[in-house]
Amino acid sequence: MEKPQEIKKKSFAIFWDEFSKSSFLVILLAVFTGIVLGGVLVAITTNEVYDAFRVSFLSGLGTALRTAWNTYVALFTGSVGDPEKISLAFSSGDPLAIRRAINPFFESLVQSTPYIFGGLAVALGFRAGLFNIGVEGQIFIGAVTGVWAGYAITGLPAIIHIPLAMLFGAIGGGLWGFIPGILKAKTGAHEVITTIMMNYIAFRLVDWLLKFPMHDPNEFTPKTPWILETAKLPRFFDTPIRFHLGFFIAILMAVIVYLLLFKTTWGFELRMVGSNPNAARYAGVKITKTTVLAMVLSSALAGMSGANEVLGVNYRLLPAFSSGYGFDSIALALLGKTHPLGVILSSLLFGFLRNGARSMQLAVGVPIDIVSILQALILAFIAAPAIIRTIYRLKESKHKEELVSLSSWKG
Amino acid sequence: MAPVLELRGITKSFPGVLANDHIDLTVEKGKIHALLGENGAGKTTLMNILYGLYSPDEGEIFVHGKKMEIHSPIDAIKAGIGMVHQHFMLVPVFTVTENVMLGEEYVKAGGILDRQKAADKIREISDTYNLDINPDAYIKDIPVGMQQRVEIIKLLFREANILIMDEPTAVLTPQEVEELFKIMHTMIEQGKSIIFITHKLGEVIEIADKITVIRGGKVVGSTTPEESSLSELASMMVGREVNLVVEKTESKPGEVILEVENLKVLDPLGAIAVDNMSFSVHAGEVLGIAGVQGNGQTELVRSLTGLLQPIDGEARLCGKDITRLSPRDITELGSAHIPEDRQKDGLVLGFPITDNLVLNTYYLEPNSKSIWLDQKQILENSINLVENFDIRTPSPLTPASSLSGGNQQKVIVAREFSRPIKFLVASQPTRGLDVGSIEYIHKRLMQKRDEGCAVLLVSTELDEIMQLSDRIAVVYRGKVLDILDAKTATKEWVGLLMAGIIPSEEEKEKLVSKKKQILMI
Ligand SMILES: Nc1ncnc2c1ncn2[C@@H]1O[C@H](COP(=O)(O)OP(=O)(O)OP(=O)(O)O)[C@@H](O)[C@H]1O
Ligand SMILES: [Mg+2]
Repeated sequence: MEKPQEIKKKSFAIFWDEFSKSSFLVILLAVFTGIVLGGVLVAITTNEVYDAFRVSFLSGLGTALRTAWNTYVALFTGSVGDPEKISLAFSSGDPLAIRRAINPFFESLVQSTPYIFGGLAVALGFRAGLFNIGVEGQIFIGAVTGVWAGYAITGLPAIIHIPLAMLFGAIGGGLWGFIPGILKAKTGAHEVITTIMMNYIAFRLVDWLLKFPMHDPNEFTPKTPWILETAKLPRFFDTPIRFHLGFFIAILMAVIVYLLLFKTTWGFELRMVGSNPNAARYAGVKITKTTVLAMVLSSALAGMSGANEVLGVNYRLLPAFSSGYGFDSIALALLGKTHPLGVILSSLLFGFLRNGARSMQLAVGVPIDIVSILQALILAFIAAPAIIRTIYRLKESKHKEELVSLSSWKG
Repeated sequence: MAPVLELRGITKSFPGVLANDHIDLTVEKGKIHALLGENGAGKTTLMNILYGLYSPDEGEIFVHGKKMEIHSPIDAIKAGIGMVHQHFMLVPVFTVTENVMLGEEYVKAGGILDRQKAADKIREISDTYNLDINPDAYIKDIPVGMQQRVEIIKLLFREANILIMDEPTAVLTPQEVEELFKIMHTMIEQGKSIIFITHKLGEVIEIADKITVIRGGKVVGSTTPEESSLSELASMMVGREVNLVVEKTESKPGEVILEVENLKVLDPLGAIAVDNMSFSVHAGEVLGIAGVQGNGQTELVRSLTGLLQPIDGEARLCGKDITRLSPRDITELGSAHIPEDRQKDGLVLGFPITDNLVLNTYYLEPNSKSIWLDQKQILENSINLVENFDIRTPSPLTPASSLSGGNQQKVIVAREFSRPIKFLVASQPTRGLDVGSIEYIHKRLMQKRDEGCAVLLVSTELDEIMQLSDRIAVVYRGKVLDILDAKTATKEWVGLLMAGIIPSEEEKEKLVSKKKQILMI
């Protein structure tokens, strides 16, 4: 029989064979197709294009292409930076100018950070067969507990205060997820329903907290007090760059989730429960315990997402601060094939798109919604690989297309 | 006249495996063509290609002499090809009519489903072929054999002329097999052609007109039942001599390992499935549980392995009551379990073979240290077991889902046999296996027995029970009707008990003396 190394080599060949024909390529092509269609959409929603078409077909086509191109240039410079500006700034040697020029890139990373936490939360749930729709609510609760630890606990050095505040965020989110977890385990209540309900409770609870117990008396509108200096996640550059330690904490969490899922006995149990609960029972896994724990961990990650925002970016909690990070996370976790590395990559994509969208709107006046449509198109193509395969005449993957198994859908 | 179906040079590879290697196959009108081959020989793959589920790398398909491009089951159905899969594709909460109509709906004006018209057609087909199907019954309420006939109706409804049946008899009782054969005969009388896959050589001899044997993705020969015999077919399939009879040494029963006393278990719907069963299994003996499927065997096994809690009675394993223990506690007492439904309970299909081989020992040394899995050890373990148990796979890292049915079973057997055990529950251990693998697993089972393991063998294959058991308990409607000594029991006697008939003393005498006579000869 073969030696382990040979087997590894052989399975690598199989992996490569698969990879070149399958999912990853499909994802890339889906992104590409989404971008092309987005361009078309931009063109057909711009009045100048119609005016130009009235002149002649060619000028119409030219204007359409130019509009689409300008939009994507704006998206790029807004999310990565303007190469011209960067080189100018560096040659001038003015530190503030340099920071301004490279800021878009770092700002995109800042935007990606909550996505990474949120995406990991959803991915971990998926792996255990749980569909955690409650990430958004858990983000709010994590932000509340995190910010509270940030301003109410005093007299600690930063080295203790920061981890403690993050931990508070995790605990807050975790407790919020414990409720649907235990309800599912004990009563069979479906987590999709309970987590959605928990979202509404979270939103309203946070509204109330901001208006009353946690309201900063110096403010007229509902806001919490500022967190202490010792609780702020350190930033690596001066203004305007907001890039902070949270990004690396997020990457660290991705590594931890990866190790947990794929290298530990507990992750083995979790994945077993997620992909075949009957076999997990046969193999002696305690399904109830695993389910509750997975739900708690998933929502603890979501809670960290919220804490990261208040401790690293806003320094206080305002109403409606998350604006859909939690829901986007569901999509990007699927986009990343519920693998921590995939989650990081798709979070970066979402972060860059979101950041670029703003300057796109400022520069060329294209509504920010175009980016939402772009995201939707990309996701739709990934969800329906058959479309992409047909467009590009790809051969069917030889292994069966891996279904994202949502055993929990079956109830 | 051109043959109904001709395959030429069909080739299909999967990552690391050449599943079909230039296969030629010709099926004549009105004939039953049996396809034989070891587990993983490539039979299902070939049929999936014919049915448009996979596209071949090379090769051509001719129907009635005309070249066909079959890219999907829709194309196949258009070409008059239909397939009964080994795992049925029916919606349990739909009626027979609704299931049959699925994908080929009859509609009235306004787009309303015309169930009446469909039901009438189903009734008509059912009468023509003697299928005995009530179009209004729900799938979930009818037995497996009838569900299979619904699958057949689906094909006839779509006017298929070439019917593919992939291991249709694996899940049937002997009576149901007889019925199926009758139906198959009617179908060929009506001018249909059938491709029939099975691992049971006796069935092939009984019903086939022509036999093609595949080994390692290649056609290795073709013959007819008249020209061949069981043992010839077996060695043609496996490529070596196969011993169809198990060599059994005298058993030396030791102390009692499992003692079941007045056990009562409910089925999931709350009806009594196991009704006051009592028996014991000794070290070094095989107790066979014989019975027609659905007489409480499933619930008995599940209750002895911690998957179902009995409502009354006791089961002691090595003196310890196990009726309230969890599956893991029972496993740790030294018991192993080959589950009846391998895909549902026995495997995580999405996991690689490596992980499936440690499904219930991953948390123990040496597969893990504290919380960390030792992946190197798990891989080495799998390399050993893949070799020892002859699991046919391109790599131990291949997901269990892409193994052939028989090789999936071997993964389970390898896992359960590779740890020290005192008690083994084997439920349908050879279902879907080829003769070579059956021989092998039977040998391993006897070896475990001879090492002093107590074996509870549950099987609906009467031959398997007769061959392996030292004592035979026949169950009927949740009760143990009798426990016979395998040395004196005859097939007829067990068969009567299986039907719920307890022979009188005289009859028993006759049955036993008949057996003695046979033994003397
Ligand atoms: N989807 C797949 N992906 C990868 N390999 C596959 C796939 N399907 C089958 N194989 C491989 O192709 C070979 C042939 O498998 P196939 O299922 O056709 O065998 P079979 O003759 O039907 O066996 P059995 O009697 O056990 O059902 C096997 O080695 C199997 O591992
Ligand atoms: Mg098969």
